[in-house]
Amino acid sequence: MAATEAIGGDLDTLSASGAVARRQAVSRASRYVLLAATLIGVAVLAFLTYDTLDAGASRISWDFVTSYPSRFADRAGLRSSILGSAWILVPTVALAFPISISTAIWIEEFAPKNALLTIVKLNLANLAGVPSIIYGILGLALFVRFMELGPSILAGAFTLALMILPMTVIASQEAIRQVPPSIREGSLALGASHWQTVWNHVLPGAMPGIMTGIILAVSRAIGETAALIMIGAFTFIAFDNTSLFDDFTTVPIQIYNWTIRPQEAFRQNAAGAIILLMAAVLTLNLIAAIIRERFRRE
Amino acid sequence: MDGTEMRESKVTSPRLVDVRMPEVRTGESLTPETQPGARPIIEPPEPAVFTLRNLNLWYGHKQAISDVTMNFPAQRVAALIGPSGCGKSTLLRCLNRMNDLIPGVRVSGQANYHGVDVYAPKVDPVEVRRRIGMVFQKPNPFPKSIYENVAFGARVNGYRGGMAEHVERSLRQAALWDEVKDDLKKSGLALSGGQQQRLCIARALAVQPDVILMDEPCSALDPIATLKIEDLIRELAQQFTIIIVTHNMQQAARVSDYTAFMLLAHEGGPGELIEYGHTNDVFTLPKDKRTEDYITGRFG
Repeated sequence: MAATEAIGGDLDTLSASGAVARRQAVSRASRYVLLAATLIGVAVLAFLTYDTLDAGASRISWDFVTSYPSRFADRAGLRSSILGSAWILVPTVALAFPISISTAIWIEEFAPKNALLTIVKLNLANLAGVPSIIYGILGLALFVRFMELGPSILAGAFTLALMILPMTVIASQEAIRQVPPSIREGSLALGASHWQTVWNHVLPGAMPGIMTGIILAVSRAIGETAALIMIGAFTFIAFDNTSLFDDFTTVPIQIYNWTIRPQEAFRQNAAGAIILLMAAVLTLNLIAAIIRERFRRE
Repeated sequence: MDGTEMRESKVTSPRLVDVRMPEVRTGESLTPETQPGARPIIEPPEPAVFTLRNLNLWYGHKQAISDVTMNFPAQRVAALIGPSGCGKSTLLRCLNRMNDLIPGVRVSGQANYHGVDVYAPKVDPVEVRRRIGMVFQKPNPFPKSIYENVAFGARVNGYRGGMAEHVERSLRQAALWDEVKDDLKKSGLALSGGQQQRLCIARALAVQPDVILMDEPCSALDPIATLKIEDLIRELAQQFTIIIVTHNMQQAARVSDYTAFMLLAHEGGPGELIEYGHTNDVFTLPKDKRTEDYITGRFG
């Protein structure tokens, strides 16, 4: 009995008292503090979504999607910017996909583990945090001016590919590291070469993770504005793109364009475009999540 | 041992002469080496596939195995037993150069395979591994179909001929065919643990190796699956040289012709070969007190 009293508490009912009661009170309170912190983010997002839907839902129509931009807000649409976004994403992915996979394979499988590799890895992580406008400045100097591509789709795609590379490389590295060493050993023990092992076992095993990383990076590229404005994509496009060397605009640039107009009607257009862009990004993220879940279960 | 020439596994060494892999299994006939004061180690009288001479291995600065000299005879089962951490798995992985995958591994001495030191500078580990198959502690089938699991090794090694027949032959050899013949497209991971391990054996057999190394192949299996693998090992020994690491002394007694007992002879020191001989002799008349203590369960 004496021992029980020394640590507090009621031996008959085992109900908390003293220090235990205090610790449990703090524990219960922590739950509400954490919930409140979470709600701040959710509430802001909910309000933004509601506000955007409220302002832009009425503008969403097939005409809005298929019309060129216009001086008249009620006739203006997203045709050229949607096409521009599609045109720029294809070469961006076509560039970023093989480069990031190759880089990740080299780093994880073949690179000698030395100081240089550590520096490369560190810089990759840093590059992922560089503001996109810096990539825009690089793109302007290198692709638009030096390579004389002008403010073209190709220059934009090069810029976006550079911008998402650090993300996709890191995601691919993670995915490659997830492949169990026992699979590598099993393959090597059969007399497969290192490359055969990577190609037949490591890459297929890592592919879901790599795909997820690329899709998430694409959903970032699809919303990219600053870097593309920097290379000169802030233009009035009233034609369908037909070549990689065309001038172009993209949906987020069109949104930016509309928001800075004084007329209220253009703001509604911007809100409508935001809804469509959000839907596109959400769809991409959903696809990424589905890929991830499906392969995790296997 | 101090006088032994040390070398990195990939650094050129002037010591080796002919490093070509012999086309046919020649076998090196052996006479026991007479070393004054040598440990009670039997050199099996049969032609040897492996002859290890003063083999040492270091992980960085830590020596893991010391001065191992022994032969592995052809078409026999040799078991490596000993307490955890005594270097028996390390020794096994020396033989097909799987230790190369671990950074900082250094080997000295000789691991002669049909007379060619597998650590000689010109030896390609891929050439070694396609002749010396390996089965791991935990079944590790590829996350692909049963068929693909078996066909992969044969395909990368340039097997010419009917692949379907070859897959069937390998699965039959591994006593798995009857259980899987109707769903070869099923994932290898869908099989039970024991079936997975036999699939891994079939996969190794499909490469048509000469030696099969088994690293505690039954430690993750139940007693019935274990029994099947043990029967299979006896069966395979008619054709292949098998070296098996096991924690299970009854298993060593059941399946092996020769047994080697390894031990960390000194606290914190490297693993050493304490005794090697006919399984019967090692288990009934151990020459070394430490072997006897281990076998009778007095330590380890």
